[in-house]
Amino acid sequence: MIAFIVRRLVAAVLLLVIVSMVTFAIFFLVPRLVGSTPDDLASRYVGRDASPTSVQAAKKRLHLDDPVPLQYGRFVKGIVAGDEFDYGPQTVKCSAPCFGYSFRTSQNVLDLIKDRFPVTASLVFGASILWLTGGVAVGVLSALKRRSFFDRAAMSIALAGVSLPIYFTGLVSLSLFAYTWKIWPDGVQYANLLDNPVKWAYNLVLPWVTLAFLYAAMYARLTRSGMLETLNEDYIRTARAKGLPERTVITKHALRATLTPILTIFGLDIGLLLGGAVLTESTFSLPGMGKMVVDAITGNDLPVVLGVVMFTALFVVLANLIVDLLYGVVDPRVRHN
Amino acid sequence: MGDEKERTETLDGTPAAAEAAHRPPTAFLEVRDLRIHFPTDDGLVKSVDGLSFQLERGRTLGIVGESGSGKSVTSLGILGLHNRRNANVSGEIWLDGQEIVGSTPDQVRRLRGRNMAMIFQDPLSSMHPFYTVGNQIIEAYRIHNDVSKQVARKHAIDMLGRVGIPQPDKRVDDYPHHFSGGMRQRAMIAMALSCDPELLIADEPTTALDVTVQAQILDLLRDLQEEFNSAIIMITHDLGVVAELADDILVMYGGRSVEYATVDDLFHRPLHPYTWGLLGSMPRLDRERSERLLPIKGTPPSLINLPSGCAFNPRCAYAELNDGRSETERPELKELEPGHSVACHLPLARRKEIWDNEIRPKL
Ligand SMILES: Nc1ncnc2c1ncn2[C@@H]1O[C@H](COP(=O)(O)OP(=O)(O)OP(=O)(O)O)[C@@H](O)[C@H]1O
Ligand code: SF4
Ligand SMILES: [Mg+2]
Repeated sequence: MIAFIVRRLVAAVLLLVIVSMVTFAIFFLVPRLVGSTPDDLASRYVGRDASPTSVQAAKKRLHLDDPVPLQYGRFVKGIVAGDEFDYGPQTVKCSAPCFGYSFRTSQNVLDLIKDRFPVTASLVFGASILWLTGGVAVGVLSALKRRSFFDRAAMSIALAGVSLPIYFTGLVSLSLFAYTWKIWPDGVQYANLLDNPVKWAYNLVLPWVTLAFLYAAMYARLTRSGMLETLNEDYIRTARAKGLPERTVITKHALRATLTPILTIFGLDIGLLLGGAVLTESTFSLPGMGKMVVDAITGNDLPVVLGVVMFTALFVVLANLIVDLLYGVVDPRVRHN
Repeated sequence: MGDEKERTETLDGTPAAAEAAHRPPTAFLEVRDLRIHFPTDDGLVKSVDGLSFQLERGRTLGIVGESGSGKSVTSLGILGLHNRRNANVSGEIWLDGQEIVGSTPDQVRRLRGRNMAMIFQDPLSSMHPFYTVGNQIIEAYRIHNDVSKQVARKHAIDMLGRVGIPQPDKRVDDYPHHFSGGMRQRAMIAMALSCDPELLIADEPTTALDVTVQAQILDLLRDLQEEFNSAIIMITHDLGVVAELADDILVMYGGRSVEYATVDDLFHRPLHPYTWGLLGSMPRLDRERSERLLPIKGTPPSLINLPSGCAFNPRCAYAELNDGRSETERPELKELEPGHSVACHLPLARRKEIWDNEIRPKL
């Protein structure tokens, strides 16, 4: 068990290294290959109308003249051991893990992420509870009452749910609930959980429901087809042959087998979303990681993009690890001795 | 729908007319004119089409036939395990005085496990991968016995020991995938026997096992039958398996029985050309598989469009000897000698002659 975790952690670190290399290459190597010079990068950093001297100063401070592998090495060193930036009169120390400073606002990227992460986490946490319970319940009922009115209605709605983009469902719900019926008269304003839990939850209801609707639709479809498949398994027939009441057959035998693979998907979905629920955050103007990364991309703010990508990868890797460990608990066939 | 209502009434034993039509059963298990049809997109699959047989306690019936002849569908029908939504089941199945086809799902459920149990064809896929073998036996036992988990666990260990699993107190906590094929089959048997069922259906309990294990499993079933005096239905496509174990044998072809006889009659005086083929293709230790003397030519029939007349006629070497009746008229199962029924148009004397002169010498 311990050996398994260690092995997985090593693999996770390797994966993060690869992700960082690829991301770094995309943002620092590819522009060079297609002809941008270090000066172009530096002028993006200082802004459009900067003087040539400040561009040169930025280039020097950020070591943009160095070969890309060296820059990558410095990026990694920053994460592991911290970095120092030379601003002429004073040097700024950026302690580990250092992801550098935003090109746009000069803020520490890690601080930015720390600032934004609670918003995304709040959104994902609430929505995931909604979609998991809702999606699974609807999926199971649909499978058990196959071809019934309920099944047909639920699956039609689910089909709509997976096909409608969040910026559509989000805007429709905003216009109905916030602007027409004035249940949220001021729109959605994120409030800190610790400052005001009621306001926090109240303001997140629409984003939660909007995000959960999409995922619940996917989970309902997954659960339904998984359940139908499980109900055809030989071991379900065996359970019935023993004389078990149908309710026990469903809850103890069928549900257990159906939910196990859904657990994997659930873990990965959460990991991915924690890196930013881009569409939901943009639609509701929630200041989360997703909103931040969209703004960073449009503003060419490479350090922020790089930082968010690294964190997203970290969440996905961690979620994967947790799911694998849990899987060993729920599915004895993959138990790690 | 109306059908359903009628059946329930017969079960409750009300209408006099139905009572007369349904003679009270004399045997422990009596199957009368059982039909199990599946409506599919390709047409109506008649997996079982007019099957009748009887079985007493302490006796064993072998059901033999090629793949797809309806053996498993029949056994699932007896246990009432067909989904009423996709299977049309008609006829009667009497188990110890209770009719199964017309009973409500819950009435049949109560019979399962204690009154009748089944050893399924593929023990790996038939056991739940997420629960230990012990838990699955404990569960089966506790449905019908109001005992604590500890008592049920002791019983499970007992059962595992009885079916010959070494170190049952350790293996009880293993999962099905930890067991070898033979051990899994034993565990499946232990589970089926955990409530001492009066009727045990064993669906190919020894396929995919090597010969030694096969013999052990068959011995085991025989011992257990002596102990509990249960009735056993032994399903196989291999006559060799039932030769020693069964008292009677029912040969199925295309969802119907073509020959129904005692073991002695079936092996020494078989009267149906298909049975001759089965006997001729019995694997024997002293003969290579390729050297079978009387292979059955052709492939099993489609259950949606059975050949007209005798379903076996496209593959039968004697179909021409009956003035075309084999192609046009379906032969009924007739009791030609006491306890020996056959469905074939061939004149009896001619059949005996063929068996004595052409078939037996080659076996
Ligand atoms: N639910 C179903 N729907 C449609 N057809 C079915 C269904 N169940 C069984 N059948 C068909 O009924 C026929 C008989 O099947 P059955 O499983 O009883 O064969 P079998 O005699 O047990 O064969 P085997 O020796 O391979 O186990 C097969 O052709 C099968 O395709
Ligand atoms: S009825 Fe005809 S075809 Fe069928 S088994 Fe007898 S001889 Fe052969
Ligand atoms: Mg079968």
